[in-house]
Amino acid sequence: MSILIEEVVSKEAVSTVKYTAKDFSSDQDVRWCPGCGDYSVLAQVQRVMPDLNVPKEKVVFVSGIGCSSRFPYYMNTYGFHGIHGRATAIATGLKIARPDLSVWIATGDGDGLSIGGNHMIHLLRRNVDVNILLFNNQIYGLTKGQYSPTSEVGKITKSTPFGSVDMPFNPAALALGSSGTFVSRSLDRDPKHMQSIIKRAAEHKGTSFVEIYQNCNVFNDGAFFQFTEKETKSDSVVFLEHGKPLIFGKENDKGIKLDGFSPVVVSLKDGSHSANDLLVHNEKDSTLAFILANMTYNHDLPRPLGIFLAIDRPCYEDEMEKQIDSAISKRGRGTLEKLLNNGDTWVIQ
Amino acid sequence: MEKQTRVLDEVTIRFAGDSGDGMQITGGQFTNTSAAMGNDLSTLPDYPAEIRAPIGTTYGVSGFQIHFGSTEINTPGDNCDVLVAMNAASLKVNLRSLQDNGIIIVNTDGFGDKNLKLAGYTQSPLADGSLSKFQVFQVDITKLTNLALQDMNLSQKVVDKTKNFFALGMMYWMFNRTLDNTIQWVTEKFEKKPELIEANTRVLKAGWNYAETTDVFAVRYEVKPAPLTPGRYRNITGNQATALGMVAAAEKANLPLFLGSYPITPASEILQDLSEFKNFRVKTFQAEDEIAGITSAIGASFGGSLALTTTSGPGVALKSEAIGLAVMVELPLVIVNVQRGGPSTGLPTKTEQADLLQAMYGRNGESPVPVIAAATPSDCFNMAFEASRIALKYMTPVILLTDGYLGNGSEPWLIPEVKNLPDISQKFRKDPNNYLPYLRDEVTLSREWAIPGTPGLEHRIGGLEKQDKTGNINYEPENHDMMVKLRAEKIERIANDIPLATVEGDEKGDVLVVGWGGTYGTLKTAVEHKRKEGKSVSHLHLKYLNPLPKNLGEILYNFKTVLIPEINLGQLIKILRAKYLVPAIGLNKVQGLPFRSIEIEQKIDEVLGGKK
Repeated sequence: MSILIEEVVSKEAVSTVKYTAKDFSSDQDVRWCPGCGDYSVLAQVQRVMPDLNVPKEKVVFVSGIGCSSRFPYYMNTYGFHGIHGRATAIATGLKIARPDLSVWIATGDGDGLSIGGNHMIHLLRRNVDVNILLFNNQIYGLTKGQYSPTSEVGKITKSTPFGSVDMPFNPAALALGSSGTFVSRSLDRDPKHMQSIIKRAAEHKGTSFVEIYQNCNVFNDGAFFQFTEKETKSDSVVFLEHGKPLIFGKENDKGIKLDGFSPVVVSLKDGSHSANDLLVHNEKDSTLAFILANMTYNHDLPRPLGIFLAIDRPCYEDEMEKQIDSAISKRGRGTLEKLLNNGDTWVIQ
Repeated sequence: MEKQTRVLDEVTIRFAGDSGDGMQITGGQFTNTSAAMGNDLSTLPDYPAEIRAPIGTTYGVSGFQIHFGSTEINTPGDNCDVLVAMNAASLKVNLRSLQDNGIIIVNTDGFGDKNLKLAGYTQSPLADGSLSKFQVFQVDITKLTNLALQDMNLSQKVVDKTKNFFALGMMYWMFNRTLDNTIQWVTEKFEKKPELIEANTRVLKAGWNYAETTDVFAVRYEVKPAPLTPGRYRNITGNQATALGMVAAAEKANLPLFLGSYPITPASEILQDLSEFKNFRVKTFQAEDEIAGITSAIGASFGGSLALTTTSGPGVALKSEAIGLAVMVELPLVIVNVQRGGPSTGLPTKTEQADLLQAMYGRNGESPVPVIAAATPSDCFNMAFEASRIALKYMTPVILLTDGYLGNGSEPWLIPEVKNLPDISQKFRKDPNNYLPYLRDEVTLSREWAIPGTPGLEHRIGGLEKQDKTGNINYEPENHDMMVKLRAEKIERIANDIPLATVEGDEKGDVLVVGWGGTYGTLKTAVEHKRKEGKSVSHLHLKYLNPLPKNLGEILYNFKTVLIPEINLGQLIKILRAKYLVPAIGLNKVQGLPFRSIEIEQKIDEVLGGKK
């Protein structure tokens, strides 16, 4: 950092102030549609923030364009509402320039995976230490109801009156395929789960990818009800917990085991299998993470939620700082005088 | 045989050969030696777009032109006096730029049947009399190089790679140059490979000795040192100067420099150069695409860095939405466009000035951006520094236009004294009391720079229209109208803070030649020639294109005719006609090449209508 920057920014990395959720709420009216799942994400983030103990002035929310990208306006932190798809790239530059900041990205399935898909995969492979909250509602909300890159095949929308024909992205698999080091999934209607995932994401050193199933009650109402509503949830969802077998069902009566490399559902009730036969989740195992992520969209299997992968790998900005420090220790801090007079020079008398 | 020596004021040499023949190194060495001997000079490389085109083809020809003299040199030269052609294809491609009665030195080994066929010759130009108006010297450079190295046990590949130094040695003899600089360079470059030091030195000397002792060359030439301003010099290309100018600006602004960039011809050297300067804490980020190049820079600017993105025309097209974002959020950012031939992919390795209107207007909405342009390779340093100064002081993106000709061309640069470079630092906001993100300075209309990490200044910015002062999202008609006008006025007020336009020549007269950017040297040379003939012609070169210098209008009205040569179909002329209602005349050529001064002179004569 330059002297000018050091003059104004706070030095501490841990907050001395004890914040409440309210401290993170800005003075702006929240303008999402009543009943939108975005409210829940905002509430959970504001609830988790005080637990992170990061000085409020060190927190920056960056977004692109879309309903979810209004997020920064509602956080009483620094915020940057960018242009469509580029939040990931803006955040990358900010974090490289200022590794002392806690940088968050609020994006959606359109912003993050369609127009901004390229930046997303490159951010993940570089492992810049930022947190991505990807609000997945499987629809374009702000433009009033066209299909998105996560909409299911056959989706009837304003732009696909005969049904969409293209295969949707599986965001978790995409993040894993991009060498993401923290890949997770949560839902708007499970506040406790979302809080725990967001907290883990914040604590992870490296790019944290959090896909959040978020209901758009105006243009795609009920897209995730199977996974969020009481009647269906327990049979349709399996929560991934590190070191624990994959068990689900209303009475914890079903499990997932591996048949070769393929996960299959087995009954824990009919005596054929016990918990010992089941797949045990290991969030450090990247091969397993792929297998679990690929359960998504398989209608014979429950939808996995939780942390697919959480592994350590050096962060881009730290490696860059190392190169800079090493150059300075080898060559000394550069002086302009020397730089300008470098190479072949000659003097005219 | 007694050899004569003739004194010349200026000479232009073009080295040409296959892209693997080392012509850029040969030209570069001749340049450094001539600079060290005190000549003024200007150079221009001419690369093929292909990295390694098939050997012997016309599209694989690589050239390097150097114009040096004992007088002031402003261009790499219209036509060359000497052409060194390492093969048939390089002769074919470059013959058109050779003066009548010019000297051709050919490597005869490059004129075998296969080479002739590849070059598209049905019979050898060395034998059919087609070169009769030139002085042709035929030397079997390949054979002589092999002879010089025959006892060294080197692979043929290595031997072939030294033959350019035979040609260089001959040219050093012909122009009375010292071999010392090049021998020193070879010694440093091949520090760990003594056999290569020996081989290159031997071949260089062999070329020199061959010219000295054989009867092939009867005349050698002397070009005395030029009367340059005293001081320390180095040779510099425009892209190097841009990189150094940005580092200098960051140091003088007391800010870290951040570059977000995607490789693109002919701008990549700026990224490459800056990535060397890690011990200045320069952070270079090679992004996944042009858009990430600029948006990462905008993120870094938000964080308090002097932010830069470098590209060429197609890259600017991709960045245009993000430039608009920087206009809206009012953050400092420097965008360098090293212009190349367009549209689309166009002519990546060739030069053009056709992105001026793109820089001025190529965004959605009313999106005013300061636009400045460098005039010479070394001027890129000054203008990069100036772009940074304006960006920081006015909290705005600034577009700096250079071009492939400036970026790759080189000239001696009088190295500035660091203490004479102005302090351009701007303080960050620290006081949380009464802070509003869009409060403006009364004079500059600039908003304050408040960076994340500063307690009590938490605020949100973005691309949506905002309310004056508070920066809150606002869609009210009157507010939008006011904000559009405020943003425009902020840029217009920069006119109070830039140098007035100056005329080279008389302040009044028949013709004023107005140019911008990389045509400076050519226009200056042409106007000086005409003035020597007694013509009433002056030259005005614009480095500030938006806003324009405040006195420009009155200067234009002092001339009967305003002539605006541009390497485009007439872009500056549109701006000046619209703003000043002057009946300017254009001279427009879009060949991917710089103007030649003779073309400007002919046009001046035409405009003057034979007036003596």
